[in-house]
Amino acid sequence: MASIRLNERTRTLNPTSDQDAPVIVFENVSLAFDDKVILRSISFTLREGQTKIILGGSGAGKSTILKLVLGLWKPDGGAIWVNGERVDHMGERDLMRVRGGLGMVFQEGALFDSLTVRENVGYKLYEETDLPLEEVHRRVEQVLGFIGLAEHIDKMPSELSGGQRRRVAIARAMAFKPRIILYDEPTTGLDPITAATVDDEIIKLRDLESVTSMVVTHHLRDAFYIATRAAARRNGRIAIESASAEKADEAEFIMLRDGLVVFEGNAEELRHAEDIYLRTFLS
Amino acid sequence: MLSLVNKWLKSAALEVQEYVRLLGALAQASVSRPFYYRDFIEQLEIIGVGSLTVVLLTGFFTGAVLALQTGVTLDQFGARPVVGRVVSATMVKELGPVLTALMLAGRVGSGIAAELGSMVVTDQINALRALGTDPVRKLVLPRVVAGLFMAPILTVIADFVGMMGGGVVAVTQLQVSWSVYRTSILDGLYVEDAWMGLIKPFVLGFVIVSIGCHVGLRAGGGTQGVGRATTQAVVAASVAVLSVDFFLTRFLLSVMY
Repeated sequence: MASIRLNERTRTLNPTSDQDAPVIVFENVSLAFDDKVILRSISFTLREGQTKIILGGSGAGKSTILKLVLGLWKPDGGAIWVNGERVDHMGERDLMRVRGGLGMVFQEGALFDSLTVRENVGYKLYEETDLPLEEVHRRVEQVLGFIGLAEHIDKMPSELSGGQRRRVAIARAMAFKPRIILYDEPTTGLDPITAATVDDEIIKLRDLESVTSMVVTHHLRDAFYIATRAAARRNGRIAIESASAEKADEAEFIMLRDGLVVFEGNAEELRHAEDIYLRTFLS
Repeated sequence: MLSLVNKWLKSAALEVQEYVRLLGALAQASVSRPFYYRDFIEQLEIIGVGSLTVVLLTGFFTGAVLALQTGVTLDQFGARPVVGRVVSATMVKELGPVLTALMLAGRVGSGIAAELGSMVVTDQINALRALGTDPVRKLVLPRVVAGLFMAPILTVIADFVGMMGGGVVAVTQLQVSWSVYRTSILDGLYVEDAWMGLIKPFVLGFVIVSIGCHVGLRAGGGTQGVGRATTQAVVAASVAVLSVDFFLTRFLLSVMY
């Protein structure tokens, strides 16, 4: 019950909860560590229900953007809004409240080694809410059932394969029903078939649970797959199929290079981009 | 050369600043809710029960060797029967607290630094923060409070076992009767000694665990960084134990005796 209350609370706090309203806004955000510039005046907007896919080479500043959204790092300049609240100068205590509406899937999963899959997935509900235990168990089982890992509920993370660990991390991010989920290189290090199962979970969450997504990746195959596929329930089963043109338009790409946005647009526009760097990246 | 010194000074100042910041966050966490009781109980077991064997062995052999060495010296003055007095005073006031603390620095300080360090490099600390948990409250506070509780208890055990070890040597090697040894032990102990023997491990327990946590949370640079943090934690905690012990002894001697 507390998780539902928590979710409702974040929704009512949010002054921009209408469809297509901006949920994450970056305005001229800059960040540098000593002499190394990571981001140079980055601006973009992510709207409710949409997907933002951030592409770029290693060290381009992709993962930094997610850490800034969560408030784990602070920018040197510019403004960041998450669910209608400005987070770039917010204290840790207030950030905890904002993070209640955000789920994050870290690179390699970042599962807690000492906890079982059940405890990992239900971590926030067990530790940070007053929800009755039976209800948390039920929610954890429901979430693990959704991603197809119900039989692994009592295993330790070390007993899972790389793909399973990544999917458990997705389950942990969605367990408390956040409005937005951030994915940091969710398929890195996975074979193409396992990577597709992770991509399917991202698509299912977006289309069936109305979760707004921000995906950081350097895998073009996964990026285009997420942008151009859609999930639907057919006769009680979940099917992943080609997305309509309107649906595909809702997924926006951002290409970063040396801390700058060098491209912003949909999958079709990216495919036909003429910039030499983009062509090299796409080839 | 000058730039190297400059760099070293800067990094030392940064470490001190971050340690003080951690202590500030710890103080704030200790006076507000929530307190993670389950983690606290778990740490009591890891720090206390887990360190029992090493503390028992250290205490016993320290007391035994102390009796052996002082027995030879006391013989020169015909004072062999007061060996118990030397063992009890030395164990309770100095060797018990310091050697227990050094053992804890090696076992607990390194373990904490390695555990928290690997959580940092695998993004688990960031994951905790993303899930709305304050890492200081969840990871540091239960460990520090458990250290405060368990260090004095382990020291009392080490003192007792040390005196037993001294007793075994006194009876079997020095031919001092058990009743004489026991009377000598009690004669050599004062209430102030007992207080000193309890206050010291309380402070040293805090120093060891807080340094272990600080070094672990500052780890970086992958698995190599975790290894480095583990070594640093043991070295820093051991040096801190010996230096804090000196200043604390001076302070306690001036206020209690």
